[in-house]
Amino acid sequence: MSGESDVKTLVIDEQEVSARSGQTILEVARENEIDIPTLCHLDGLSDVGACRLCLVEIKGSNKLLPACVTTVQEGMEISTGTERLRAHRRTILEMLFAERNHICSVCVSNGHCELQTLAQEQGLTHVRLPYRNPELRVDASHERFTIDHNRCILCTRCVRVCAEVEGAHIWDVMGRGIDSIIISDLNQPWGESACTRCGKCVQVCPTGALFDKSKIGSDHPKYPDFLPYLNLMREAK
Amino acid sequence: MSQTITIDPVTRLEGHGKITIHLNDAGEVENANFHVTQVRGFERFSEGRPFYEMPSLMARICGICPVSHLVASAKACEAIMAVRIPHTAAQLRRMLNLAQMVQSHALSFFYLSSPDLLLGMESDPVKRNILGVAAAKPELGRAGIGLRRFGQHIIELLGNKRIHPGWVVPGGVTEPLASAKRDEILAMIPEAHKNLRLALDAYKQIASSFKAEIGVFANFPSNYLGLINDDESIEFTDGALRLIDAKGNTIEDGMTATRFTEAIGEAVEPYSYTKFAYYKPLGYPDGSYRVGPLARLNIVSKMGTPQAEVELAEFKQLAAGPVESSFHYHHARLVEILYGIEKIEEILSDPKILDSHVRATAGVNRLEGAGQAEAPRGTLMHNYKVDENGKILWANLVIATGQNNNAMNRGVLQAAKHYVKDGKFTEGLLNRVEAVVRTFDPCLSCSTHAFGQMPLEVSLVDACGEAVDRVVRG
Repeated sequence: MSGESDVKTLVIDEQEVSARSGQTILEVARENEIDIPTLCHLDGLSDVGACRLCLVEIKGSNKLLPACVTTVQEGMEISTGTERLRAHRRTILEMLFAERNHICSVCVSNGHCELQTLAQEQGLTHVRLPYRNPELRVDASHERFTIDHNRCILCTRCVRVCAEVEGAHIWDVMGRGIDSIIISDLNQPWGESACTRCGKCVQVCPTGALFDKSKIGSDHPKYPDFLPYLNLMREAK
Repeated sequence: MSQTITIDPVTRLEGHGKITIHLNDAGEVENANFHVTQVRGFERFSEGRPFYEMPSLMARICGICPVSHLVASAKACEAIMAVRIPHTAAQLRRMLNLAQMVQSHALSFFYLSSPDLLLGMESDPVKRNILGVAAAKPELGRAGIGLRRFGQHIIELLGNKRIHPGWVVPGGVTEPLASAKRDEILAMIPEAHKNLRLALDAYKQIASSFKAEIGVFANFPSNYLGLINDDESIEFTDGALRLIDAKGNTIEDGMTATRFTEAIGEAVEPYSYTKFAYYKPLGYPDGSYRVGPLARLNIVSKMGTPQAEVELAEFKQLAAGPVESSFHYHHARLVEILYGIEKIEEILSDPKILDSHVRATAGVNRLEGAGQAEAPRGTLMHNYKVDENGKILWANLVIATGQNNNAMNRGVLQAAKHYVKDGKFTEGLLNRVEAVVRTFDPCLSCSTHAFGQMPLEVSLVDACGEAVDRVVRG
C-alpha cells in the first residue's frame, strides 16, 4: 500500500481531521481532543463495543455506530455530541444503574469510579427505570481480591486483560442477556481458580466490582494506565 | 373515660418517635410510653458483605454520629483480624471520636435543648427553636454554631469529609496527619474554649431555675455503664467498660466488647422498634442501666485534663452518690465538651502524632469479633460473625439509645404523672414530657430493630378522615 492511500480525511463535529487507514473513530477523535465517553474501552486492550456509550452519528447512516470499533472511511461526517446521542447515553447509564446494585455511598470505589464519573459528566440526576435489585453473590474466596457482582457492569475489561495481557484467561462470561455473569475458570470460586494473582483485572475494573482486600476506605483509586506501556515494552523485545 | 394523649412526633430529636400517655377513668396518668416508630434493618442487609466494608456501611446509619459507628465497627473488624493497630492510628481515631462528641453535644445542647433551657419550657412554641435562641441570646447562638463547626471541621480535616469520612478502616486509618492540619486544629482551640465557657456559665446560671424539672426528669436510682481507663479517667474510644449500681458500687469492671456480648441482653417490648438492653445477671428490667454523659461522669473518678477536672468536681457535688436526675445530662454534656477540647490539644502534642505508620493489615483470623466505643449518647457495641472468606454471616449492634430506653420510658412516665393532673395539660407541660427524652439526646435512627413478625397496622382513611378499612398483621 502506498502512503497516499493510507490517509483518510473526514469531519468530526464540524472539524476537518485526517487519520491513518484502519484507525477507529474513537482513536482519531481523541488524537484531535474531541471527547467521546467510553466505559468498556481501555487503551491497551482489544475493543468489543459492549457498553455503547461511544455511539456516534454518521451522516448517511440511520444506525448509530460505536466509535471504538468503527474504522474511519474517507469523507465521513461524524457527530459525537448531538442531543439524540446524549439522551441515549443517559439512558444507557440509567440502565446500568438499574440493572444491579450500585450504592455509591458505601462502595469501595466511591470517588474513583468510572461509572460514577460518567454519570456526573453526562448530567445524570436520577434513574427513571425501576431498580431490579437482583440478589447477586460476592466472591471473597481469593486471598487478595474480591469480586462483587452487584457492582459489575459486564464491560469485560477483566476478561480481556487476563486473556490478552496476562495470558491466564481465568475470567469469562457465563449466561446470556440479563443472566450474564463474570466467572473464574469454569465457574469455580476465584480463590480456587488458576489465577496468577497479578491484580491486573482489579486495576482495569471501572467500578468497585473488583477490589483489593487491603485497600478499603477512601483509598482505592485504580491505575489502568500501565497497559499501553506494558504492551509497548513487550513489543519492543 | 380513659384517654390517651399522643405526642407525635416528638420534636427536636434525631429520628422519629412518639409519646403516648394513657389516662384512666379518673384522668390520672396510668402509663406512658416512648415509641420509636420506624425500622431501619442495617443488621440484616449487611449480611453477605465483606467484613472490611462494614465501617463505611455502618456509618451510614446516622449522619450525626457516623464516627462512633466507624470506630466501633473498625474495632469489631480488628477483632476478626486479630490485630492491634499502630499507636498513632489509635490516637488519631481518638481525636476523631472526640471531635464528633464535641459537635454532637453542641448540637444536642444548643440546637435541640437550649430553646427549652434558655427561652423557657412555656415559651412560645413558634420561637422555641435554635433561631429563637439566636435572636434572644445571639452570643450563645454563635457559641453553639462555633462549637459545632469546631468538631465538624476537625472531622473534615482528618477524614476529608464532615459526614461519613472514609478515613477510618479496619486496621487503622488510611492516611497520616499532615503537620499543616495539626496546626490548623491547634489554632481553633482557644475559640472553642471561649465558646464552651460561655455556655457552661450560662447553664450554671439558669440550672437553679429548673429545680422542679430536675426533680422529675427521669430522677431515680439506676445502674450506669461507660468506658473508663485503667487510671479511672474518662475514655471514649479504648479502655474497658465499668458497670456501677445506684450507690456507685462497681458491679462489673474491665468489660471488653466480647464480655459485653455475653453480659448484656436485649429485651423487646411490643410498642417500640428499639430494644431494651439490660445486664443479664440482674435480669430484665432490674438490670437496666443508663449510658451517656451522665453515666460516664458518674462512673469516672477523674477526667484526666485540668479544666475538666475542676468541672467534674463541681458536677460531683450535685449528689452524694451518682447524680440521678437525667436533667443533669445537659451539664455533663458541657463538661465532656470541655474535656474533648482539652484532650484534642493533648493528643496533638503527642510526639508521634505525625507518624506515617497508621495502618495494620491482616485477613480473617477469627470468625467473630466485637468492638465498642463511646458514642456521644453512650456506649456503642458492634458484633459480627463472618465465614472463612470474611463475609458477614450475622451482625448485632447495641446502641446507646437502646441502653437508655428503659430509663427514657420510666422518665416519661415520671414526668407525665407529675405534669398531667385530672386529665388536664397544657402545651408547656407536654413540652416538659418531651424534654425528658431530649435530655438523653437519643438517636432513634440508629436504634431500631425488627424482631420476628412486627405488628403492622394499615388504615384506609377517606377524605373526611373516617376509617373505612383496617388491616392488622402480627
